[in-house]
Formats: sequence, structure tokens, C-alpha cells
Amino acid sequence: MLRLLNIEFQKLRYNKAAKVISITYFVLITFIALIASIEFNFAGVKFRIADQGIFNFPYIWHFNTYIASWSKLFLAIVIVSMMANEYSHRTLKQNLIDGLSKKEFIASKFLTVGVFALISTLFLFIVSLILGISFSDYNEFSIIVSDLEYILAYFIKLIGFFAFCMFLGIFVKRSAFALGFLFIWWIIENIVYALLKFKLFKGTEIADQIVQFFPLESMNNLINEPFTRLNFIQSAANQLGESFQKDYAVHWYEIVIVLVWTVIFLNLSYRLLKKRDL
Amino acid sequence: MENILTLNNLTKKFGPITAVKDLSFTIKKGNVYGILGPNGSGKSTTLGIVLNVVNKTSGNFTWFDGNTSTHNALKKVGAIIERPNFYPYMTAAQNLKLVCQIKDVPSHKIEEKLEIVGLLDRKDSKFRTFSLGMKQRLAIASALLNDPEILILDEPTNGLDPQGIHQIREIIKKIASQGTTILLASHLLDEVEKVCSHVVIIRKGVKLYSGRVDEMNASYGFFELKSNQNSVLKEWLSKHNDFKSFKEEDGKITAFLTNELDAESLNRQLFNEGIVLTHIVKRKESLEEQFLQLTNNLN
Repeated sequence: MLRLLNIEFQKLRYNKAAKVISITYFVLITFIALIASIEFNFAGVKFRIADQGIFNFPYIWHFNTYIASWSKLFLAIVIVSMMANEYSHRTLKQNLIDGLSKKEFIASKFLTVGVFALISTLFLFIVSLILGISFSDYNEFSIIVSDLEYILAYFIKLIGFFAFCMFLGIFVKRSAFALGFLFIWWIIENIVYALLKFKLFKGTEIADQIVQFFPLESMNNLINEPFTRLNFIQSAANQLGESFQKDYAVHWYEIVIVLVWTVIFLNLSYRLLKKRDL
Repeated sequence: MENILTLNNLTKKFGPITAVKDLSFTIKKGNVYGILGPNGSGKSTTLGIVLNVVNKTSGNFTWFDGNTSTHNALKKVGAIIERPNFYPYMTAAQNLKLVCQIKDVPSHKIEEKLEIVGLLDRKDSKFRTFSLGMKQRLAIASALLNDPEILILDEPTNGLDPQGIHQIREIIKKIASQGTTILLASHLLDEVEKVCSHVVIIRKGVKLYSGRVDEMNASYGFFELKSNQNSVLKEWLSKHNDFKSFKEEDGKITAFLTNELDAESLNRQLFNEGIVLTHIVKRKESLEEQFLQLTNNLN
């Protein structure tokens, strides 16, 4: 296992583009802290984001995992190109000739993806912990460690998404087209959702129940948007006579759906690799 | 002798096209083999199958008498296929280090192998800055990293300039002289003739011949003769049953042997008959002529 990780690390280590994007990714996560310093005047009232409770434990776990998961797109570029480059440099062929089995090849890529996800999760955990301790109104240990399932959900979300990227890289063989395909896939899921929601099953919840099984949507579902949970948003909504009844929790079946997709994508990648002549 | 690679009725179809058809041969340790065939005859496909990058349609092959899985066997093999494939953003040494990790061998041999192919002074240059000849030499260095039991080379001199071709051939000869088994695929006949002891000839995926290069044609060779009395000479040849046929071109008579006969005794016999030769050469068919004969016979 260490050998496989070493092989992949050796490939990435000297790749300037991959290095720059990975560093950018981690820098971006730390920039969540910058939200703390946002200040603006609203109808003569001085308004500071950090004071609105977004950095309160345990809400911060939800908020930060949601915000940070946007930056996963940066790592998606690295992952897609690390797969597709093996085709365009024809090094996949050389790797196999040199004695790497196809299974080992997929394993070395997926292990790397797992390490990326793990480091991101740990990194985010530490950043959130520091931010929380500095700004949170509640610092009791029991409150700090509650709602930590968002961190787990974040990890699963990254794993699932990166497995999808891996598959696309192998399937399309060209990084730019694979990223394009990812975007198209996202649009397709949304169009299907819109069709189901507003045409086929108008006014019911059936559409949402179907769509939660789609790959990208299932990853999205893991961490719901946290904004409507904020106090000041809720009170604003209340004044307008509206209230949000939403389920923000991370459910076990949501995790299972994403894990099933991860297994499917890995399996498809392996089969594709096995079937293709190079 | 130990078998390194055995192919049994290997077949590969690309859709309706059969690239390799029922191919069987055995590679034994210590010999230098050539796979000879025109472009598109299935050489690279055959090598691709045994190297685990092309899926076979039917048949089977075994490495090292079937004692190990293909990908583990490949760790004991050094191979370059068509053109050199390395990571362009990595230096020569970094690329070789990666190969060491894949092959599970220590990386202290990198410099030694770079020395063999004459790239030691460029070891810290990025792969993308290399010329084709240098890339090809780096590929050979990479194939040698594990001190392979067999070195497989697919068209190693393709696309190189004469100097590059010469360098590569010198390297191959040097490696062959150290006792490494070599399998060389080529469409260049003189290349195979110069380097190989055994040859497998394929055309359109079908094996035409496999065996020693010098036993390829059970021929005793032929004489090229010139004399001022060509008509007497021809009459003598037609009566003599050591010769199966002869032909005359531009005053030069080519006579094909049916038995072993050396130039000295032929010369003596003819002189005794009163025929004085002005030109006598004994030759064997070149591989090219034999190859053309073989491929034509099957037409």
C-alpha cells in the first residue's frame, strides 16, 4: 500500500500545475477565516458577520464544511488530470509494461484520492476548531464535539466526488473534456430534477426522493445549505411571515448512497481499464 | 533450456480484423530473437498482449513456465514499445526512480544504467527537452533497471537518424553479449540479421517461420560466375546435378546449388574442363531474399 502511494506521490510531486492547485485549495480553506473580518453597514447598523453566530459551536461544523466543499472543484482538476494525463502521456501503458497491475493502478490512484480527502478533512477540522475557539459564544467541550457528523459527511462527500472525477478522467481520457463532462453531468441532473419536480410530479415530494439517488445530488444532500439555519436569517424570515422547516441533519442513508456510488465508480473505472486495449 | 515465454494459439481480433491469428512460439533463455514482419503484421499487437496492455481474444501465453502472474513476471522483464513514454515534466533520473518503485527494485542502479546508454550527463534534464534518440536511449536504460531476464524491444530504431540507429544497435549488441535474452521486433531485415540468432516471421498475423536464422531456408546457397566462355559454362552447368537451376543476367551467371559444394572445388573442376572463370563468388541468400521467398511462397 505504501508502495502504491509512493508511486503516485512521485508522479504528483514534480507536477507544477498539480502542486500550485493543491496549495491554492488549502489556502482557500484557510480563507474561510477571512469571513470573520467582513463588516458592513446595513441601514446605519454596523454589521459584523463573525458576530452573527456563524462561528458558534456546533453550527460552525455545518457552516465550514458546507463552504469548504465548494473548493473541492480545485482538487477535482488535479484528480481528473492525474487520470487523464496517464492516457495523454501514454504512461499508463508504460506503467503496466513495467509491472504495475491494472488493479494496483486504480488502487494507487484511489489511495491518493483518499489521502487528499483525509488531509482536507483534518485541515478543515483544525481550521474550524481554531476559528470556533476564537469566536464561538459557547466553548464547553460537550458543545464543541456535538454535530461532528458534518466532518464525517464532508470526508464521505469528498471521497465520493473524487471517485466520480477519477472515473471521468479514465472514461474521457482528456482532462479538459472530463471537466466539461462533469459540468454537463451537473446540468443534466438539474434539468432532470426540474422536469420531475415541475412537470411529471408537480406539487409532490416524489421528485426529491428520486433525485437524491443521483450521484452529484446525493453528494450535495450530505451537507444541506446552512444559511437558513442562522438566527438573523430566520428572524428576518419570521418578520416576513415565512418560516423554514428544513431537515439539516446528516442521515445514514445519505452516507450509504454516496458510498455505493463510490464503489460503483471504482468498479466502473477498473472494468473500463481492463476492457480497453492501450 | 529454460522457457521464458510461451505463446499458445494466441489470437487477437479488432472488430472484423484479425490482427494475430493462432500464433504459437517459444522464447528460450539466452537467445536473441527477432520478430520480423511488414508494418501492420501484428508484431506490436503480439507484444502488447504478452505485456498486459492488449487483451487477447483467445489462446494463452505463459511467462517463465507459468510460475508467476503476468504483472509479477513483467517486473523481471524490460520492455519498450513503439515510442518512449515518460512523464514529460520529470527529469530522466526522476522518471527512472518511478520505474524502480513500480518494479520494486532499489534505485541505486539508475546512474549505472544511464551511463550504459550515455545519458549520465543529462540525468537532471527534463524528459520533454530530450531528442527522440535520447528518449529512446532513456527507454532502454529504464528497461534495464531491473537487470531483466529478457529485454523486449519494439522497433527500437524507428524514426532515428543514422547516428541514433547506430548508437541503439551498439547498445543492443552490448547487452546481448552479456547473455541477456532479447526479443526484437522489427520490419528492418538487416537489423534482425545483424543482431538475432533466432527469428519468428509473421505476416498478417500468421506465423510463417520460426527457428534459427541460418536454418531458415534449407538452401546451400548459390554461385555467381563469369567467364569468357559463358555458353560452354552454361552447358556444363546444365549437365551437372549439383545445380538445380541457373540464370544469366548481364553476362553474370547465377547458379543455385542442390548439394554442398565449395568454391575451390568448383573452380578446379571447371578449370579441368577447360573453362576459365573471370569471376566466382559463393553466397547464401540474404535474410531479405529468404524473407521475400517465404512471403511469396504463401501468396
